[in-house]
Amino acid sequence: MSESALPRGKSKPPTPWKPSKKLDNPNAVPSLNGRWGYLFTAPFFIMFLIFGLAPIVFSVVLAFFDVDVLSGIYNPVGLANFTELFADSRFWNALVNTFDIWLISTIPMIIMSIGLAAILHNPFLKGSTFWRTILLVPNITSVLAIAIVFGQLFGRDFGMINIIIGALGFEHVDFIQGTTSSHIAIASMIIWRWTGYNALIFLAAMLAIPSELYESASLDGAGKWKQFIYVTLPGLRNTITFVLIVGTIGGLQVFAEPLILGGSYNGGDSGQFSTLTLFLFDQAFVGYRWGYAAAIGIAITLIVMIVSTINFFITRRIAGDKS
Amino acid sequence: MSNYVLKNPNKRPKWHKVSFFGYLMLALITFISIFPFYWMFIVASNGTDEISKIPPTLLPGPRFFTVVSHVYEALPAFNQALLNSFYVGTLVAVAQVFFSALAGFAFAKLNFRGQRYLVLFVVFTMMLPSQLGIIALFKEISLMNLIDTLGALIIPALVTAFGVFWMRQVIDAQVPNELLEAASIDGAGVFRAYWSLVLPIIAQSSFVLGLFSFLASWNDFLWPLLVLNTPENFTAQVAVNQLKSSYAIDYALNMGGAFLSTLPLLILFIFVGRRLVRGVMDGAVKG
Repeated sequence: MSESALPRGKSKPPTPWKPSKKLDNPNAVPSLNGRWGYLFTAPFFIMFLIFGLAPIVFSVVLAFFDVDVLSGIYNPVGLANFTELFADSRFWNALVNTFDIWLISTIPMIIMSIGLAAILHNPFLKGSTFWRTILLVPNITSVLAIAIVFGQLFGRDFGMINIIIGALGFEHVDFIQGTTSSHIAIASMIIWRWTGYNALIFLAAMLAIPSELYESASLDGAGKWKQFIYVTLPGLRNTITFVLIVGTIGGLQVFAEPLILGGSYNGGDSGQFSTLTLFLFDQAFVGYRWGYAAAIGIAITLIVMIVSTINFFITRRIAGDKS
Repeated sequence: MSNYVLKNPNKRPKWHKVSFFGYLMLALITFISIFPFYWMFIVASNGTDEISKIPPTLLPGPRFFTVVSHVYEALPAFNQALLNSFYVGTLVAVAQVFFSALAGFAFAKLNFRGQRYLVLFVVFTMMLPSQLGIIALFKEISLMNLIDTLGALIIPALVTAFGVFWMRQVIDAQVPNELLEAASIDGAGVFRAYWSLVLPIIAQSSFVLGLFSFLASWNDFLWPLLVLNTPENFTAQVAVNQLKSSYAIDYALNMGGAFLSTLPLLILFIFVGRRLVRGVMDGAVKG
């Protein structure tokens, strides 16, 4: 928002907030009748109310009931769904799996996408439009198609990955049956899909760093690597925070990859790659325990909010919030 | 777009030429990005038996059309499913652009009481995990008699908080206030100003938002799987998922279906890929 539109008093200190005096939107076009704003934003708010907010409120209420889906009987049970959830080993298993998959996908992805962006940032790069376009190709594909391909590539007997592992003289790995190995397979799908997209985000942020900063750094004798550490990385602070938070919100709700890889809602024969959201769907649409599933949904929401907040502060600190 | 064009590369001192290693990395990433698509076609054109050998063949085989005909045997309504996906995606894209731009215009250029809180509210709704309300949404959709209709996919997706916020940023940056002032002096109504001034100016960005909405709709998997029951109403994703439900996984069949459901997107991408790249970079958080 431009500050020039706001009144700047020389003598008076900033006055406390007064709703009647101040414009709600200082950038607005004064000659256009603002009342139309209610009508123009109404479709969004009405749709959000019906298909966004109402289901969420109803779900929160559901969490305090035991629902018999067939007869439609709602039996209030207080906090029973939540106490059961805390004692449910499947929940803790799904929680650990979700964090594991999130960790081994997010961190390599961010490092690789910053590295790629740094290569693309070089003005001497030939064919930069081509490389940028290629980076986005994985992102347009459906998770379904990609999970089918990766499921085959990670296959135990004839998957390409195991053929390479075998050719190097090692034993084949049963990726789907193992805990860590199945997490690696799932994380690799996420990394494949999002690395290029995030590289473009980081590239846009790098191009927005003023070139004077690089000039003065190089005058000070900073080489390529030092410029990257002292100019590029600090310039990406907000972008890293943004990518990490968006990645966390998406990553902690991961379900499509494990769902398709395992072919069912249970996340593998021993739940080795069951995730929180997969567990929710399992309870909602296989077990028909809607109240319990709603409680899982609330738990996921709280976890996402807590982790996003922690992420926000950690990245601020690591990247050095000096401004 | 102009900010991505370097005015004078020679002015930047100490930029070294991209090393061999840099090009090698890019070539590797290109290979990794393309290979799964290539592999879909290889498996689909060779059949599962050819692939189940060590070492497996890496070249296209002769059986592609046989596999395609198997896909159509297993899914007689597959063309209908592709059409459904196309129909839903197009409607969702057009509606999202129209409603998002309308609300975005109001948030960027109109002054009404509570405006700033409503903008904050839009941002806040983006942070709510979408899965939280899915059970109740399912219940709601069934109360509206929309289960097993394409309406169950279209109606909840007509406008999103992301689209509204994005359009607000775009209109704020691209549409000059002076132009709207001049139009309103000429007596244009607020809706006329939106329709004949704002929409043409933001056409490029609208196209990008529309494309992303289309892709998201085409690739949506779980929700269509939950609400659609009869093959005539399936989307391409749900149809391809049906191919999996046999005991021994027929990889050629599955990959054939996956390839056919991805091919329209790849063709679309050839024409619009560069615009999508620009859209992603324009929308990036910088700093």
